[in-house]
Amino acid sequence: MSSVPAKPADLVTVNIDGKDIAVPKGTNVIEAAKLLGIEIPHYCYHPKLSVVGNCRMCLIEMGLPAVDPATKAPIMDPASGKQKVNWMPRAQIGCATNAMPGLHIRTNSPMVKECREGVTEFLLINHPLDCPICDQAGECKLQEHSTAYGRGYSRFVENKNVKPKRTQLGPRVTLDDERCILCSRCIRFSKEVAKDDVLGFIDRGSYSTLTCYPGKKLENNYSLNTVDICPVGALTSTDFRFKMRVWFLKETPSIDTESSVGANTVVWSREGVIYRITPRQNDAVNDTWMTDSGRLLYKQVRSEDRLLVAAINGGTSAYDMAMKAASDLLRASLSAGASGEVRIVGSGRSSVEEQFLTKKLAAALKAPVALVSRVGKGDGILLSADRNPNVRGALVTGLISALPSQQLTSLAADIDAGKVKTVVAINEDLAAADLTAAQLAKVSVIYLGTHKNATSAAAKVVLPTLTVFEKSGTFVNQQFRLQKFTKAVPGPEGLADDLVTLANLAASAGAGALPSDLTGLWSTLAAEAPVLAGLSYAKLPATGAVLDSAAWAGLPFVEGETLHFKPAAVPAAANA
Amino acid sequence: MAYVVERKPLSLSERLYIPQVLAGMKTTLKHFFAPNVTMEYPEQRPAIPPGYRGVPTLVKDPHGREKCVSCQLCEFVCPPKAIRITPGEIPADAANAHVEKGPKAFDIDMLRCIYCGLCQEVCPEEAIWLQNQYSMSGYTREEMVNNKERLYELGGTLPDQHFKWDKKKAAEQRGNAHH
Repeated sequence: MSSVPAKPADLVTVNIDGKDIAVPKGTNVIEAAKLLGIEIPHYCYHPKLSVVGNCRMCLIEMGLPAVDPATKAPIMDPASGKQKVNWMPRAQIGCATNAMPGLHIRTNSPMVKECREGVTEFLLINHPLDCPICDQAGECKLQEHSTAYGRGYSRFVENKNVKPKRTQLGPRVTLDDERCILCSRCIRFSKEVAKDDVLGFIDRGSYSTLTCYPGKKLENNYSLNTVDICPVGALTSTDFRFKMRVWFLKETPSIDTESSVGANTVVWSREGVIYRITPRQNDAVNDTWMTDSGRLLYKQVRSEDRLLVAAINGGTSAYDMAMKAASDLLRASLSAGASGEVRIVGSGRSSVEEQFLTKKLAAALKAPVALVSRVGKGDGILLSADRNPNVRGALVTGLISALPSQQLTSLAADIDAGKVKTVVAINEDLAAADLTAAQLAKVSVIYLGTHKNATSAAAKVVLPTLTVFEKSGTFVNQQFRLQKFTKAVPGPEGLADDLVTLANLAASAGAGALPSDLTGLWSTLAAEAPVLAGLSYAKLPATGAVLDSAAWAGLPFVEGETLHFKPAAVPAAANA
Repeated sequence: MAYVVERKPLSLSERLYIPQVLAGMKTTLKHFFAPNVTMEYPEQRPAIPPGYRGVPTLVKDPHGREKCVSCQLCEFVCPPKAIRITPGEIPADAANAHVEKGPKAFDIDMLRCIYCGLCQEVCPEEAIWLQNQYSMSGYTREEMVNNKERLYELGGTLPDQHFKWDKKKAAEQRGNAHH
């Protein structure tokens, strides 16, 4: 596979359509041609899956330099003065052909063209051309390849096969059997990546059908990846089905926030409405996959319990008024003299920039900061045990120095002892972290968050914030990889960016004027956090940058092994 | 590529202007002596030539099935962005479930429409047609937005050459001998 790093010594030269290219030995011919900008059309081949060679679309002509069988001496062509090439008389499949020294490939010869036309004609025998309905329109390889490599007309006069149209393979995936071209990508994905061998073909010939094993369903948390890799419109997402044409949608690079894996995603939106989330390729983090659960996160943007207006003492208010009330509360705590009357509960779900401003706020208030750890069960693929996307960001920015625990025990004790007057909770439900209603009632809570919960109900001041889809920033994932996400849709009317809210709060607490934009913040961040030196949001590559994690190597992180991550130490059972 | 149009110098008769003035006078004089015709619009309406591009409408096929499958190609191609479609799934228990998809809502904003006919051109189902109706008026902006019901009312039924969906249903009912 091409992902295996090769030493320069392993490079072999292959000749594709008359052009020489040096590639690592064993590189797939389709990949080698791609490096030259030559497309070898294919359906069943996928760079992250095993090769089966059953679609026959990638047929190429192949030849090797001629040598004398007896003497092994090269046979020269007297006309050109070069070594003669022995072309194989029939076409070969590109996906199962690996680069070897002297390999010659033709991708545009008359024989190859005829092969492609034939394969396309065969595929279209039973494939309905219901492109106006099919959700794959705009992303359909069959549509593209039929136009580019097809004959343009069909000689098929018999009745077309009629197969079931709306088979539910699982809770999230719908199969249209008529459109399936039996490439087996979904089968191989389930078996090889999701490790849940549920799919298979039954019957033969034109009756061959994709189905689940008896008594099983395609319901693992990676089932929607089969939809992504289906080259035709056979597998569709039940959620996205018939909702919107992909060519209307704007693609925004983002990060999956459901765990510390930090899978790279694309958020697809139109006119401020998000329609779907799909994975974005990052070979160091998530390859081309992501979880089904992460794809549903966009629903939180327009959920019923979203906080849309600021509130003071339970009554709605203008954002500015709530900001002023929050500032007054903080100033009152400061002027009371005794330090330590304010506690801050930060969040492992905030971005690096927000955590940095939280740290500034805490420093100005001389307030201790706690984070809440959220631990689930890791699945060993792309969902890690740590369900906070950015605990390492809090370590990197210096917001915290030890790993957070799941309960706010010390905060609860301090409230009971009457040492705390005000608690600033940033997107964290204190009640869920084991604070009782009585404890919440004893203190003034300033709540910054996106959704309603017990804490927002009990809070003196509620300042609504934005979801990850409505703002830009960075997260640090389990590999200490700094990755950026970008604003996909505008936030609800009247809400300020989280950075502005935090910078205002910090300013009112006496931290001085702080930048509330990413450019300004990053110049400060790079200066103050040693491991972030030299980095900036603007210059961060799409695949992220790995930070020096030596300072935190000894911490007992909870993550177990995932797709591209091996924990340095044995994970703590749970740091409760 | 830039294309340069050569400007020819005026000929002698053109430079004199007199033949042109006379030709203009001839047209004017013709109207002096022609009988006066006033069309009593809107009671009388002019004959519409075939192929006229009037108001875009949605049509049904002779069996009363709505032809649009909400592929949104017209919405995509519409230069002034006058068309807005909300796609929807046809329920599996509906009589036309084999069509799978139909528009939940279909709006054409006639204040935006420029009658270019690209929507008709691009429609793979021959569901949207610019017909003879050319006069749209209303007192509010909302009135000038044709919704799905209004579009079908304006469009009515047109003859169908293909009956694609009938064929599909027949194939489905015939089924597959081996299953």
